[in-house]
Amino acid sequence: MALSDVSFKVHPKEFVSIVGHSGAGKTTLLKMIFAEERPTSGRVFLESVDLQRLRRKEVSQLRRRIGTVFQDFRLLPDKTAYENIAFAMEASGRTDEEIAADVPHVLELVGLGDKVLNFPRELSGGEKQRVAIARAIVNQPDILIADEPTGNLDPINTLDIVQILKKIHELGTTVILTTHNRGVVDSVGGRVITMDTGKIVRDDKDGKYIL
Amino acid sequence: MIWTKIKRVFRAGFTSFWRNGFVSLASVLVLIVTLFVIGSLIFASATLSSTLTQIQNKVDINVYLVTTASEDDILSLKKTLEALPEVAHIDYISRDQALANFKAKHQTDQLTLQALDELGDNPLGAVLNIKAKDPSQYEGIATFLNGKNALSSDGNTIIDKVNYLQNKIAIDRLTRIIQAGQKLGFTLTIILVIISVLITFNTIRLAIYTAREEISVMRLVGASNRYIRGPFVVTGIFYGLISALVTLVLFYPITFWLGPKTENFFTGINIFDYYKANFLQIFLIITLSGIFISAVSSFLATRKYLKI
Repeated sequence: MALSDVSFKVHPKEFVSIVGHSGAGKTTLLKMIFAEERPTSGRVFLESVDLQRLRRKEVSQLRRRIGTVFQDFRLLPDKTAYENIAFAMEASGRTDEEIAADVPHVLELVGLGDKVLNFPRELSGGEKQRVAIARAIVNQPDILIADEPTGNLDPINTLDIVQILKKIHELGTTVILTTHNRGVVDSVGGRVITMDTGKIVRDDKDGKYIL
Repeated sequence: MIWTKIKRVFRAGFTSFWRNGFVSLASVLVLIVTLFVIGSLIFASATLSSTLTQIQNKVDINVYLVTTASEDDILSLKKTLEALPEVAHIDYISRDQALANFKAKHQTDQLTLQALDELGDNPLGAVLNIKAKDPSQYEGIATFLNGKNALSSDGNTIIDKVNYLQNKIAIDRLTRIIQAGQKLGFTLTIILVIISVLITFNTIRLAIYTAREEISVMRLVGASNRYIRGPFVVTGIFYGLISALVTLVLFYPITFWLGPKTENFFTGINIFDYYKANFLQIFLIITLSGIFISAVSSFLATRKYLKI
């Protein structure tokens, strides 16, 4: 079992870092938040919505309120950077005018100016992750979930991505981040939840990376 | 909004068709084979059934009458026969006409003509050619003739010979061969169609298999199942449309080339003329099968990755 006896609450506009070794259950925990996995027992709520009770259509509507970023970027390989971001807006039924107005805006926010027409294979890891973050926030989600977003990046890009996440948080989005990078946790500050073998072992209001 | 969605789905489908050029090419080629087999089925069945009709039309009954039969008796026999419901029509070839036909046929054969002259009298009897409305009705007409219906006024038969029974065996055998050939060909083509449909389905499934990661990413960003599936089905429709057009174009030179050959070999049908005459019908069959096969394949193939 990946998780057992886990209970915690994230407040709106909080920045939560979840740390722990590989296999501690961080990713499973995140998957439950965006309804990719269901707990065998227990409940996950977003506001007052019980995520276990959602039907398929409601799951895709829920996901438009949750932006996701992953270690392996998960971009659509046959679409350009611009189209990857536009796809998230198209999927949630935005108009062409909204897309034309918002996409350049988020591209500027993540600092990816001149590579918008490149395909993912033509981008570096840091650039790909910027596109992924831009895609995750373009619908102005309530929550941004970042699962090891810096896992595949060099230290400089890692620092940049953390700065972008902090900026997104300051603009009023709840951010839930998992990492096992000490530097990332220490530079973010804020609440740190430490997990080990499927359990929460520490939950510090103003935490440090302690394992 | 619905129009925006449809527009986006079509644009995404076309873009992916274009950007995955090699996969599209492979799928289109496999589909062309399938549609080609379906088209050949149409042509083969048209050729065979036309040949069958042609052969069956060639069947008739020739009643050879004795030379002593009087014109009156012959005409009254013709009248009796025409009254039968099975008979479509009767040609009466008089003795003089028969002689003229014979002479025309042996124009170059001096020996035969000389022998004929030496006979002095016309050795040929009159002939009645009977056409039935349906090939199965010849049996009844033959039985009727063998009965006592063809007697002259003085009670003697005026019929020398009825050649139906001799031809019948050959015609029946030919009909059976053609029908068996038709059945065999049809079965083989159906099997080929099934195989090629399965190959097409598999090709498209493989093409979509490579996109399974993309499908999971699309689900993550909150795209609805219908919105994810739409572009794949549209790409499938493009496959179908393009391969149908290519197949139809390919059939043009092929039937043009085969046309005269089939006309000689199978009596009376030129498949090029057939193609031109039935183009709209063939166009619809080929195009709709192409679109149907590939769109349904795409639809079913995406099903797996959408966790429905």
